[in-house]
Amino acid sequence: MNASPSLRDFLNVTVRDIPRSGIRDFFDIVTTMKDVISLGIGEPDFDTPWHVRESAVFALERGVTHYTSNLGYLDLRQALARYAAKTFGAEYNPQTEVLVTVGVSEALDLALRALINPGDEVLYHEPCYVSYRATILFAHGVPVEVETRAENGFRLTRAMLEARTTPRTKVLMLNFPNNPTGAIMSRADLEDIAAFVRERNLIVITDEIYGELTYDGQHTSLVSLPGMRDRAILLHGFSKAWAMTGFRLGYACGPAELIEAMMKIHQYTMLCASSLSQKAALEALARPETDVTEMVDEYRRRRNFIAAALVEMGLPCHRPLGAFYAFPSIAGLGLSSRDFALKLLHEERVAVVPGTAFGVCGEGFVRCAYATSMRNIEEAMLRLKRFVARLKSGA
Amino acid sequence: MDELLKILQTNALESRENLARMLGCSVTDIEKRIATFEKSGVIRGYQAILNEDQLDLEKVTAVIEVKVTPQREGGFDTIAERVSRFPEVRSAHLMSGTYDLLLFVEGRTLREVASFVSERLSPLEGVLSTSTHFMLKTYKRFGVLMHQDDSDERLSVSP
Repeated sequence: MNASPSLRDFLNVTVRDIPRSGIRDFFDIVTTMKDVISLGIGEPDFDTPWHVRESAVFALERGVTHYTSNLGYLDLRQALARYAAKTFGAEYNPQTEVLVTVGVSEALDLALRALINPGDEVLYHEPCYVSYRATILFAHGVPVEVETRAENGFRLTRAMLEARTTPRTKVLMLNFPNNPTGAIMSRADLEDIAAFVRERNLIVITDEIYGELTYDGQHTSLVSLPGMRDRAILLHGFSKAWAMTGFRLGYACGPAELIEAMMKIHQYTMLCASSLSQKAALEALARPETDVTEMVDEYRRRRNFIAAALVEMGLPCHRPLGAFYAFPSIAGLGLSSRDFALKLLHEERVAVVPGTAFGVCGEGFVRCAYATSMRNIEEAMLRLKRFVARLKSGA
Repeated sequence: MDELLKILQTNALESRENLARMLGCSVTDIEKRIATFEKSGVIRGYQAILNEDQLDLEKVTAVIEVKVTPQREGGFDTIAERVSRFPEVRSAHLMSGTYDLLLFVEGRTLREVASFVSERLSPLEGVLSTSTHFMLKTYKRFGVLMHQDDSDERLSVSP
């Protein structure tokens, strides 16, 4: 007699074997507690600019509730091509080289699925956004992590990549400004990477969702470097710079052949991004500077504040230069990242995310998002300071 | 605008220590700069932004459009400054368009404001005509929404 089959046996093995996101587990713990100040939120605390929301309301009233072209509305793609040229420094043909997606997450998934054959290796740097490894595995690729380090400002170097490259390496994934470290890459840093990419004949997927959020100078995009535009897929979206996370709107720019391949998957799975979100995005692009500059100025002040507060309490932290995360080291305090975060949550009601949620090498760090009000940051830093002092005194 | 001023305009109570951290300079620096702004008259005062509709005050506010004749010397300034000195006038602006001065006038009752207009404002030399509108409700003041709660709809932890 056979035992009754477990439904688990029916699962695809790749899906079965991938653990749930460490963030999800931590979220479940935090939601059971009251009066928590959260530095764990990876989305802007600003409201979506009112003119953008109002345009979505208007679009709904007007009945913009139908499918759009698979690639997205043409006028939006035209606006995106203009924006990409200005912000990222590369020209794309809106007819064939821009694809509007359901957030950058979908675009990332499409890019990997469009490129990867089973067994192809994908280089990506850790600590990194929680979905990268899983998305590579879902695409049947082999994730090859490249560890970045605090002493290096969490930047990626050619030497690090060379040590992890094999004949099966096909794709390099980049994410600068980086979640969770706040690291950025200078033009010189990127030139080294670009030279390596050309020599090894790789394709780059560059997730520049935080591209607008740099605090000590302009962001340099990989696609602005010679030759890179023709071997890179640029991913960007509206979640961070315009505080539009719930709209789920991203886009990919790249050479027509790659965009066409991504479009095929998008066409058969997603069909198109939300029509309302597309209209809202078009409105956001109508006056990006005013919306974004004010938010960036406010993030810069908070970044300055949190970086100074961490130094004052004696937590080593490389200076966060982009995105809205500080990534201090808690290694000297005798606790693992997870235990530190749990103890801090229980004793001081402050939520931070253990660095290990972003890769094994995130051990010894916690992520503090400063996408929350100055009042919250100020109070959280007071509590964190008290907590760190207790740990240091062995209490 | 100067970044320090920008922050103070949003929250004048921000502590000197916080300002120093946010702007990456010393507390002494901040104190000096604020003192300079106060001395030069750029910063003219600090006030709380009240939602007066919540206070059940005995108070009415009128918005008054005033047409005036500019004076031979001093143009609009002479008459505008004279009008501004009345304590009932809470703010006064020179406008382009069909009238010249826009006044926000406060009084305890409608009658009080009416008598201000008829007995003080209108008889002034140079005032040609006035048009008075009473304010019913305030939705936003100095960039602050009066009826918005601070709830955060975001998940407490997200990637």
